[in-house]
Amino acid sequence: MASNPDEKIQGGFLGWVDARFPLSQMWNDHLAKYYAPKNFNFWYFFGSLALLVLVIQIVTGIVLTMFYKPDAELAFASVEYIMRDVEWGWLIRYMHSTGASMFFVVVYLHMFRALLYGSYKKPRELIWIFGMLIYVVLMAEAFAGYLLPWGQMSYWGAQVIVNLFQTIPYIGPELVTWIRGDFLLSDATLNRFFALHVVALPLVLILLVAAHIIALHEVGSNNPDGVEIKANKDENGIPKDGIPFHPYYTVKDIVGVGVFLIVFFAIVFFAPEGGGYFLKPDNFIPSDPLVTPELIPPVWYFTSMYSVLRSVPDPFLGVVAMGAAVVILFVIPWLDRNPVKSMRYRSFAAKFNLAVFVIAFVILGWLGLQQATTAVSDMSLRFSQVYFLFFFLLWFLSRERSAWFSILAFLVLVAIYTFYDVARFDADDAALIMWGWLIPTVYLFVTMVAPVFARGLGRDRPVPQRVTS
Amino acid sequence: MKKLIAATFVGLAALFMGPAGTAGASELMSANVDISNQNALQRGARLFADNCMGCHSTKYERYNRVGKGIGLTEEHMEEHFIFVTDEEGEPVNVGSLMEIAMEEDYAEEAFGVAPPDLTLTARIHGEDWLYTFLKSFYRDESRPLGANNTVFSNVGMPHALWHKQGWQELVEDDDGNERLELVEGGSMSPSEYDRAVRDIVTYLSYLGEPVKLERQRIGVFVMIFLAFFTLLAYFLKKEYWKDVH
Repeated sequence: MASNPDEKIQGGFLGWVDARFPLSQMWNDHLAKYYAPKNFNFWYFFGSLALLVLVIQIVTGIVLTMFYKPDAELAFASVEYIMRDVEWGWLIRYMHSTGASMFFVVVYLHMFRALLYGSYKKPRELIWIFGMLIYVVLMAEAFAGYLLPWGQMSYWGAQVIVNLFQTIPYIGPELVTWIRGDFLLSDATLNRFFALHVVALPLVLILLVAAHIIALHEVGSNNPDGVEIKANKDENGIPKDGIPFHPYYTVKDIVGVGVFLIVFFAIVFFAPEGGGYFLKPDNFIPSDPLVTPELIPPVWYFTSMYSVLRSVPDPFLGVVAMGAAVVILFVIPWLDRNPVKSMRYRSFAAKFNLAVFVIAFVILGWLGLQQATTAVSDMSLRFSQVYFLFFFLLWFLSRERSAWFSILAFLVLVAIYTFYDVARFDADDAALIMWGWLIPTVYLFVTMVAPVFARGLGRDRPVPQRVTS
Repeated sequence: MKKLIAATFVGLAALFMGPAGTAGASELMSANVDISNQNALQRGARLFADNCMGCHSTKYERYNRVGKGIGLTEEHMEEHFIFVTDEEGEPVNVGSLMEIAMEEDYAEEAFGVAPPDLTLTARIHGEDWLYTFLKSFYRDESRPLGANNTVFSNVGMPHALWHKQGWQELVEDDDGNERLELVEGGSMSPSEYDRAVRDIVTYLSYLGEPVKLERQRIGVFVMIFLAFFTLLAYFLKKEYWKDVH
């Protein structure tokens, strides 16, 4: 073995390790010789930031677990014990509660980036799928964690969500009893949610994050131009528009980390309740199964989906709609068949489509926090329609459509929801229904019909060969 | 690009204007409390101990922590705040949680509902609500305990501070608007009563989150450190990226 010249060069401790474990190889594959496009912009900070928040949540979570008592009699008081008696307990707890919300902020921005630059498109479909699985597990993780403080919002929020399963025909009631482990939300429920929150779901989350990153590093990162940098390599086989992730993007991401931590700790130290969005006032009341709060809005990161649920009058169909709103995100890579990845080179119609989707998502989120008045329900319905139509349009805008097909498809879609509006028409809400009707109609008109008359609106632009700056 | 960032922040800012405080209450008076005012905290704590702690526990906090937080010695806390005894009939330790002697069953029988624990009440209702609530009791013979409240209608609680404030009545003025009018004076003048209520709310605000002032003080240093850290990171990034074109 000593005659092997490579071994001599790669000697020392690192050489010893490398002969037994691919340490240098992993370092090179994922950092030092992982070539990332040089034109990442603002939107590319959120992946590494999501990883940072995951670490914050795990570390603060471990410390909280040392003091928290998963017992219906003790849970609420143990949180206040952490806040008051445990040294720096308040900081750990606020970091964890703020981290939960910031996780979703960062993940939503990260997902928006993928939509903006077509990062889910071939060959990155699996990255998107793993990412979506992370999102779903994260929702479960956040939901389970929210029960643990055992306040009124914890209890009744969980009650509302768990009872959604009750609406499933035949097996619903039994299923709900099985989930709760009791005939009502109780100590048994708290214990199992604790187990899921601190062991099961974090394990799954970490594995999925690993899969997400491995898949990413296998195919390489997309970029704001949507150009494959691997198509242009120099004589050494290095992409001409690529730079090593380390040190370039490690130092760049540290700047992102700095800015993020300023925002994060500004919330932790100066507004830990997040204006009532992160910690709700009612959750400072110990849970009471006999007193139902007046309004039980979910935490803000669930409210868009919750609005979709509330927009459907039938409870079971509402649950199906909410489930569909999440599941449909998984198939985006197969809906959007347009070869142009980045929105920079997509048509006006495609840009408009994405912009409307983001606005609809935010408005649905706001509506989900409100008391369900007629106006709120009706707007929820309209923006839920827009939410789902977005996915149709992703497919529709995959290529330029003929005039007759565009207009026909437009008329069919409008007819479907207009038919529903006629069926549910109520003279008292006539104005609301009729004005609301304009929302999806104008949206579809701009994205489907307008390009028929002004072809430029629907035409994608040529994509450059190389990345632009 | 810059527009996108700006739009994101404007959107976030709009969200944060959101649902602060609790709904339902009509017009709340401004409590205007200052939890850094130790005199107000001490007066408020004393008023709270003498007038409220017979029925309301503050069982998530300890006597000695409160003493330390608002600048009172342990001896003072033992003498003026501890009314509860242990199984042997001795006053509880100064490190105990601030419980009450009243049994929940008894309290429910007497008031309809057991008086809630008030440790976190300021975080639940907000200071303005508490301040307005304590100033909004009025005489109402139709209620079992002779008092009602404009902020919390048909409240089970009697007007515990009646001997200080006196009695208000709900009167209707010429425009048909209802308002409260003091018809019988108490041991305090209206301005003295306002101050007493403000002191109690100051104390409750402190009690809701004793670490608040310290948290904000530490926060300033954290912000300064992070600003330097970020600036340094920015220059480091610029240095490394010099050769990327």
